[in-house]
Order: sequence, then structure tokens, then C-alpha cells
Amino acid sequence: MYPFNYHRPGTLADAVKLAGADEAKIMAGGMTLLPTMKQRLAAPSDIVDLNGLGLSGITVASGKVTIGAMTRHADVAGSAELQKAIPALAELAGMIGDPMVRHRGTIGGSVANDDPAADYPSACLALGATIVTNTREMSAEDFFVGLFETALQPGEIITKIIFPVPEKANYQKFRNPASRYAIVGVFVAKFASGVRVAVTGAGSGGVFRQNDFEAALSKDFSAKAIEGIAQSADSLNSDIHADAAYRAHLIGVMARRAVEAAR
Amino acid sequence: MASVTLSVNGKSVTRDVDARTLLVEFLREHMRLTGTHVGCDTTQCGCCTVHVNGEAMKSCTLLAVAVDGATITTIEGLAKGQDLHPMQAAFREHHGLQCGFCTPGMIMSAVDMVRRKGTDLDDKTIREELEGNICRCTGYHNIVKAIHYGAEAMGKAGTAAE
Ligand SMILES: Cc1cc2nc3c(=O)[nH]c(=O)nc-3n(C[C@H](O)[C@H](O)[C@H](O)COP(=O)(O)OP(=O)(O)OC[C@H]3O[C@@H](n4cnc5c(N)ncnc54)[C@H](O)[C@@H]3O)c2cc1C
Ligand code: FES
Ligand code: FES
Repeated sequence: MYPFNYHRPGTLADAVKLAGADEAKIMAGGMTLLPTMKQRLAAPSDIVDLNGLGLSGITVASGKVTIGAMTRHADVAGSAELQKAIPALAELAGMIGDPMVRHRGTIGGSVANDDPAADYPSACLALGATIVTNTREMSAEDFFVGLFETALQPGEIITKIIFPVPEKANYQKFRNPASRYAIVGVFVAKFASGVRVAVTGAGSGGVFRQNDFEAALSKDFSAKAIEGIAQSADSLNSDIHADAAYRAHLIGVMARRAVEAAR
Repeated sequence: MASVTLSVNGKSVTRDVDARTLLVEFLREHMRLTGTHVGCDTTQCGCCTVHVNGEAMKSCTLLAVAVDGATITTIEGLAKGQDLHPMQAAFREHHGLQCGFCTPGMIMSAVDMVRRKGTDLDDKTIREELEGNICRCTGYHNIVKAIHYGAEAMGKAGTAAE
């Protein structure tokens, strides 16, 4: 690691000021940031640790779940309130990495990082979440821009994420057997207004919505309804773990499983 | 330099360290507590697992300054004098190790597992919960067995709450 100045501000206003410095970097759980700094892929002049801001906690009220940006994966997975409101989201958090990573990593860090194989982006997109920062609110569609790329401006801090409560939802993850990240992950959410389906791990441009599945499932919410719908392999990733055609196949399989398991 | 105060295995320590100092370096190099190992240094293997305020974390991926004020338990903090912790005793009894390099991390994860999941652990749960701990020697079989009996012994000894 290259040297840096470490700050743990006590207020959001101070954090914003510090994070606005030219080469400053925000740190949440550090589960992604510290490994990148060790590899010298990141060399921030200043680290602004958000752990002193108290941005954690989960509230469920009037059809919405609000999760503070600094809420750890383990606390999302273990929240009794969330398990009742959106069980799929709690289960998703419990599938991230391993117990030690879940004790430290945060939802805000995961969403800000926008790893194309990360789990949370699919939930944000399928549930139609709102990402709230120190300056504005964004829909998940506007927030996720591409591979490791979001609409966040330098120094902008996510404070919380708001999820509408669906009628039913489920997340199915086909894991890379070594890293346990998603080779394909499909989040299906059924609302009174229609069904939303988001796919992570597969797209060469990051998380995306599967519109054909959505249209068919909105008419008939059953695995059968999407059985015959082909997922194109164009613009899907190919790597040593799975080629694009296999990923395309997995998207159909995972989506059908998610529909069947939705509750 | 930054001043860091930690309670490590019940003892309060304050050191001036470079902000880059990882918790595992603080423990091994500043405190000479070399039971906590570094296997990968990339957050994969779990050899460096310690308890931070009671929760298992990978100390190779934590800045010491970021946990300033925390209570840390390392493998050296589990035994009571000459008496091994029930989980340590179970690893010895059931041959839950070969070279022993992964063992401190395995045991710290196992004790954390009992805190979260209770003293009656089936093999499927144990294997799932060991996601973040890698062993290059044993094939895991006896580790799983050791954790099963270690958890049971913790229940009997009333140490599950640690
Ligand atoms: C072994 C291992 C396995 C993993 N497996 C999975 C997995 O299966 N699925 C998965 O989804 N993830 C996985 N992860 C990643 C994990 O979920 C991380 O916790 C997450 O990607 C980053 O969260 P963090 O809180 O640690 O963020 P940090 O590492 O602290 O930050 C990540 C990035 O986000 C920025 N940032 C952080 N918080 C904010 C904020 N509030 N506002 C604006 N910017 C912010 C930082 O500046 C940085 O660029 C794994 C990680 C490890 C080490
Ligand atoms: S040394 Fe920390 S996880 Fe391997
Ligand atoms: S006993 Fe050798 S690495 Fe596990």
C-alpha cells in the first residue's frame, strides 16, 4: 500500500468535505477497497472512513424498506423485520462471500462498487430501489452505469437505499465454485404493477433487466410462462468459468427457479 | 503516525502506528502475537481470522486505525492458562489439523459459528459456514468433525457465550 492520511469523521458534512479532496477515497467495510490498495491498483491520498457516521440500520414502514449505507451484510441477512418484509433480500445478503466478509462489508460499499458479479445490484434493479446520497435520490436504473461504474460524482456519499416491498420475490445465484461470486444471478420481483427481472454476473455491461421475461411473467407468473423465451448470448460475458451461450442458458434456468421459489 | 488503542485478549495496548498498518501486522509485529497467521493476504483463506468486538473478521483486511477502541480476541486469548478452550481440545482430539497453518483461523471461525448458530451443528451447516476458511492439507473432514464435537463441548462447558 502507498501511504495515505486516515480520517474517521463524525458527521456527514465533514465526511463530504474530506471526500471532496482530489485523491481522497471513501472507505466503508474496506473488503474491496483494501485489497485493491494492497495491489496498488488504488493509491488514495486520503481515506475517509464512514464507520463513525452511524449510517446503519433497517426500517420497514408503509410498504418500503430503508437500509442505511453502512449496514453490514450480516445484519441485513439476520434482520427479522426484513426476513418478513422482503425475505429474498435477506437471503441474498446471506449468500455474499463468507461470514467474515459479511461481518464487515456493507450494502453501500457493494452498491457503490458495482462489481458486475455482485449480488446487491440485481436486487436494487429488480425491486426498483432508490439510491439516496448526500445530495440527491436516484433510481437504480439511473445509478448503475456500467462495469464498476455508477452515477456517483467524486466525493458523493450514499446514505441509504430504499426498497419498495414486492408481493413476492426471490434471488437465485449460480456461484463460481471458487470465488463464490455469481456466474449468473437472477432476482425476480412481483409487484401489483408488474414483474421485474434483473440479471447480475452475466452482462458485459453489468447488471441488466430481462424485458422479455418481465412481459411474459407480468401476464402469467409461472416458470412455464418463460420456458420458451430465448435469452440471447449477445453482450453476455465469456470467460474461463462460463461462455456466453452457457450464461444465456443459466439465465433462463435461474429465472425459472426464482419464479418457482418466490414468496 | 496514528495512535491506536485496542483491548487484545483482555489487555489494553496503545501503539503509534503508520495508518497503513493492518490489524494482523499490529498483532503479529507490534504485539508479537504470532498465532494469527497470514496465508493469502487477499481476504480469501481465513488464516488471519480474529474476533473484533465479538465477531469473526479477517485481520489482513482491516486497518488497525479503523478498529481503534475495539476489543480483539486472538487464538492466544482462548485458552484459560493451561486449559485449552473446548474447541481447541476438540481439534486436538479429532485430528482437525495436519500442518496447523490454517488452524488458528479455523478455530476462531468455529467459535464464532457457535455464537451465531448454537452448539448443535450439523455437517452441512459447518461446511457452509467454513466458506471463508481454506485448508490445504486435511480435506476438511476432520475439521468438520472437530467443530461438531467442539461445539457440543462448548455447550456442556457453558462457554458458548464466550
Ligand atoms: C472473499 C470475498 C468474497 C466476496 N464475495 C462476494 C459475493 O459473493 N457477492 C458480492 O456481491 N460481493 C462479494 N464480495 C464483496 C463484498 O460484498 C464487499 O463487501 C463489497 O463489494 C464492498 O463493500 P465494502 O463495504 O467492503 O466497501 P469498501 O471496500 O469500503 O468500498 C468499495 C467502494 O465503494 C466506495 N464506497 C463505499 N461506501 C460508499 C458510500 N456509502 N458512498 C459512496 N461510495 C462508497 C468506496 O470508495 C470504494 O470505491 C466479496 C468480498 C470478498 C473479500
Ligand atoms: S491472510 Fe487474511 S484471509 Fe488469508
Ligand atoms: S492443516 Fe495445513 S492448511 Fe490446514
